[in-house]
Amino acid sequence: MSAFLTYLLNGLAVGCAIALIAGGLVVIHRVTGVVNFAQGTFAVVAGLCVSSLLGLGLPHGVSEVAAVLVAALAGLLTGLAAVGRRGTTPLSSLIVTLGVGVLAYAVEIVLWGDQPRSAPGLAGAVTLAGARIQTQHLLVIGVTAAVFALLALFFGRTYLGKALTACASNPYAARVVGIDTRLMGLLAFALGGLLGGIAGVLVTPLRPISFDTDVTLIVNAFAAAVFGALTRPVVTLAGALLLGVAETMAAGYGYGSHQLEVALGLMIVVMIVQAGRRPAISQEQT
Amino acid sequence: MIGVRDLVVSYGTATALDHVTLTVEAGEMVALLGPNGAGKSTLANTLAGLLTPASGTVEIGGRLALIPEGRQLFPDMSVADNLALGGWRSGERDPSYAYDLLPRLAELSRRRAGVLSGGEQQMVAFGRALMSRPAVLVVDELSLGLAPNVTADLAGHLAGLNRERGLTVLLIEQNARLAFDLCRRAYVLESGRVVTEGECAELAGDPRVAGAYLGGAIT
Repeated sequence: MSAFLTYLLNGLAVGCAIALIAGGLVVIHRVTGVVNFAQGTFAVVAGLCVSSLLGLGLPHGVSEVAAVLVAALAGLLTGLAAVGRRGTTPLSSLIVTLGVGVLAYAVEIVLWGDQPRSAPGLAGAVTLAGARIQTQHLLVIGVTAAVFALLALFFGRTYLGKALTACASNPYAARVVGIDTRLMGLLAFALGGLLGGIAGVLVTPLRPISFDTDVTLIVNAFAAAVFGALTRPVVTLAGALLLGVAETMAAGYGYGSHQLEVALGLMIVVMIVQAGRRPAISQEQT
Repeated sequence: MIGVRDLVVSYGTATALDHVTLTVEAGEMVALLGPNGAGKSTLANTLAGLLTPASGTVEIGGRLALIPEGRQLFPDMSVADNLALGGWRSGERDPSYAYDLLPRLAELSRRRAGVLSGGEQQMVAFGRALMSRPAVLVVDELSLGLAPNVTADLAGHLAGLNRERGLTVLLIEQNARLAFDLCRRAYVLESGRVVTEGECAELAGDPRVAGAYLGGAIT
């Protein structure tokens, strides 16, 4: 029983990290209509940055915040490339984000090499109802909860958040009322970079990060985001937690090499169910 | 006011507006008639700054708001949120400004815009445009797809704002009867050119205009 609880809590932490990256996908898609395949890259950049900054002797806190800001900057630059030119279609932008992801490999290898890097996080573990959970895992869960609460407030209650949503809902109408959709798109990409960065900083102490870790991250995050139809943050969070728990359980009970297949399988099932439920493609076009 | 002089707007090699010249004086309400594809919406979007002219000049006296063709609301948002976003330019974020002008909107405030009837949606689009506190309002197809009584209600509000608040209005319409009822002057646009202009009373008597836009009833 305690093993089950341990897997469950660890799974929730894994799911939270996925949720943060998926949250970035959702924010960017909601505002620009673009599926950002460079989303995993932001986490990798932040993870590699934090390992370097801590290695240079910078204190915790400063290093993490700086790494997250670098990821936000990476998000902004990706946005400039993907949606910076007015009139770029979401599909063209998607291809650009793929290109940015590949370019990022080269940059990361030049700067950090191709070996996985790690970073120290919160040490120690606590015992909850007989289940041992690493303190870093608890930190991941706490930070994710706070971030999603803030996101919900931002998009649901603030004027800027509503303006961002308006850009995705009806880009033409947004321009009619005077909203600069290009600027809002860039803001969304920066926010996506920020969320990816937070995930990267939180995950690096738990599992070493290398330049190509983004593939695993983006596959999982994409599965969760598809669960939320790429527009609904709360459903995405639920999907990510489900995915994290399912993968951790699979690993815990001896199917460790099939973690990614669990994500892919779940994504396919969700896509089939959603395709039957509503016209997802036409919905995106409006 | 609106002052358009020798305006040319192209989509690639296709010319949508070909040396259009048009004036709406401050406080005036002028109609723009024309069939589908004449370039009416192109003119509306150019006036709103959403399209860049190839040549010619556009002069707008004060802030311009556009009620676009097909309402173009934010369907998943509440009416109140739609209205609040209308105030993006003016900083007017309290929808009660629109409720004062169009009281019916207050009853709809919490409804999702996408589920409203066509007439209600047009009312929201109207209110959203007013939230920017415009000096000039461009209405692209007020009556399209609406029942006559709904159109009459909206037209009444429009005429009231023009009369009582001095709102300058360019009314783009396919419904010439409505346009002639509301406006003193009109322009007729065909294939991107102004083919005729003048007092509505005279235009209604012009056999070509009457034949094309009034079903020949007046001649």
